[in-house]
Amino acid sequence: MATVMPKKKRSLLQGNEAIALGALAAGCRFFAGYPITPASEISEVLSAQMPQVGGTFIQMEDEIASMGAIIGASIAGVKSMTATSGPGFSLMQENIGYACITETPCVVVNVMRGGGSTGLPTCPGQGDVMQARWGTHGDNPIIVLAVSTVTDCFDITVRAFNLSEKYRIPVVLLSDEVVSHTRETVIFPSPQDIEIVDRITPSVPPEWYVPYENNSTGIPDMAAFGAGYRYHITGLVHDERGFPTQHPEEIKIFTNRLFRKLAQGLHEIQIVKTFMMNDADVAVIAYGSVTRSAQRAVVDARSKGTKAGLLQLITLFPFPERLVDKVLKQCKRVLVPEMNMGQIYREVQRVNQGKTDVKKYNRIDGQFITPDEILGELLLEE
Amino acid sequence: MPKEITKLIHKYLRHDKKFPHVWCPGCGNGVILGSLIRAIDRLGLTKDEIVLASGIGCSGRMPVYVDFNTLHTTHGRALTFATGIKLAKPSLTVITVMGDGDATAIGGNHFIHAARRNVNLTAIIINNQIYGMTGGQFSPTTPYGSHAATAPYGHIEHAFSIAELAVTAGAAFVGRGTVYHVQILDKLIKAAVLKRGFSVVEIISNCHIQFGRRNEMGNPVTMMEWMRDNSVTVEKAEKMPSEDLEDKFTIGILADEEKPIYTEEYDKIRERAGD
Ligand SMILES: Cc1ncc(C[n+]2csc(CCOP(=O)(O)OP(=O)(O)O)c2C)c(N)n1
Ligand code: SF4
Ligand SMILES: [Mg+2]
Repeated sequence: MATVMPKKKRSLLQGNEAIALGALAAGCRFFAGYPITPASEISEVLSAQMPQVGGTFIQMEDEIASMGAIIGASIAGVKSMTATSGPGFSLMQENIGYACITETPCVVVNVMRGGGSTGLPTCPGQGDVMQARWGTHGDNPIIVLAVSTVTDCFDITVRAFNLSEKYRIPVVLLSDEVVSHTRETVIFPSPQDIEIVDRITPSVPPEWYVPYENNSTGIPDMAAFGAGYRYHITGLVHDERGFPTQHPEEIKIFTNRLFRKLAQGLHEIQIVKTFMMNDADVAVIAYGSVTRSAQRAVVDARSKGTKAGLLQLITLFPFPERLVDKVLKQCKRVLVPEMNMGQIYREVQRVNQGKTDVKKYNRIDGQFITPDEILGELLLEE
Repeated sequence: MPKEITKLIHKYLRHDKKFPHVWCPGCGNGVILGSLIRAIDRLGLTKDEIVLASGIGCSGRMPVYVDFNTLHTTHGRALTFATGIKLAKPSLTVITVMGDGDATAIGGNHFIHAARRNVNLTAIIINNQIYGMTGGQFSPTTPYGSHAATAPYGHIEHAFSIAELAVTAGAAFVGRGTVYHVQILDKLIKAAVLKRGFSVVEIISNCHIQFGRRNEMGNPVTMMEWMRDNSVTVEKAEKMPSEDLEDKFTIGILADEEKPIYTEEYDKIRERAGD
């Protein structure tokens, strides 16, 4: 599917609008969703723009249905997406697992709100990080990305689709109330500078097609329903032909392949950004909207003589262990500020293994973490 | 079974794949699969243009045996996946197979909304009045007073009538058949697949293992005799006094209406939006 770029070269946009435009640019032509704050604007923009580009928007009866519908559309060969917030994300989990097991590309946006249950619908939070990784049952890998600016919302949505298509895996895109409702100017890349990846479809004759082939990349070609390759798709563990199996050997091959296909692509799946890290001896590791405050705090710390730097995690899972490890080895102190009780902090500690001093800083009162709070933590022990 | 019919069915089965099947001998599911195949064959549809999507249950195992584009989804959600497929590729003929629990308990919300929305899909609902696959727990269609694995003292809830539910929710076509009245069933499925709009065929089927045994209904044959003796065609029912219809269920076409279908309406939206 060809890219559809916004008509203007630059626009003042809300994060949610940029996610919608990023999806269209990536070639997404099917969106199903159910209204929820703070994600609804993504549905609203796409209800207007999808039909303009020949795509389809549908509002389903709930988030379970939305997730089912986008998997169906993807199986029919169309790039698809849904968007929600915490309560809806919980409802989607069973079908997200189905997408993992059937290796159906799709993008699931979760604009995180504060709190559990209905929580704090209009406040930011980062409480769904571990749910994004482990929310569905079973032991399947998944890709989770986090955005921190409106520009990210556009760019990283395109990357989310590309990774999803290439690795045949659902990609969860975590935004939060701050990023999604902030308005910033976005300067769009020119169409020729945008990389668009489409899933590989089979070129062999139908009788040679092995829909879940255990090939060298671990990523089988994906035929769309109706393209002449009749095959079976099931959430039951299946053999290479797609039929349910109970043979331990076949189960092992299948499950290992799901992990192997990501392990081979970590160099492009694990995306991070660094800021003033070259000579830093104190670092902040942050993701999502908190990165914005962290960046400011790093600049302020430098003006006070502290050699601070920032590692922004865009990919949260598979957790970028080697890139985090580098920072842990370089710095005498590392701060992990989050709007939860320390979900990524625990991942950092797991990598750290006592190498350096890692501190957490947490807010769970629905309020944004300010630059001054992070600065205070950075200067604490100077 | 006459030879030609057997041959016809074999034309559509995935022989080299996962046979023997998982169903109990005498299960109504096999009769329904035969009916579905005959309907598709008579419509002259190619295997490539058919999508058969199911939920979870004994009924849900049907797609794996036939050589179409087949999809075994999650419990209760077949219609949501089918909706995505149909909207993404309207040229495909999308048929779903669901159980009574699948379609009207866990999937009840999707079912009524699919009927209301009128996407051009066919829903075949195998009503064996029980959760077959999980071992005979009661479903939304288990009759009041009958016994189930989770109703050992008799069932105190009241049953849905699936076809009537579909009519009320706005389905464009609704039929009800049984695994006893196979010729009627062939016609109902054919008409439902042909129908432009959301079509439903509720099929009263026998789960002699999980329902029949617990309720002293005997074997598949006696259960089919029960279907024969307790059903009345829609045409006959119209001429009968309502007292005589108590405890009977109607079979045949319960609704057949022309309604704007979703994909065509959406094409108009694309025009309005200036695609
Ligand atoms: C979310 C979820 N809950 C429960 C189950 C377990 N389960 C499998 S089949 C089934 C009921 C099937 O009954 P029905 O839909 O009537 O189909 P039948 O087996 O009778 O054909 C249940 C509850 C499941 N697979 N998924
Ligand atoms: S348990 Fe019942 S529904 Fe399932 S295969 Fe056996 S007879 Fe058929
Ligand atoms: Mg049943």
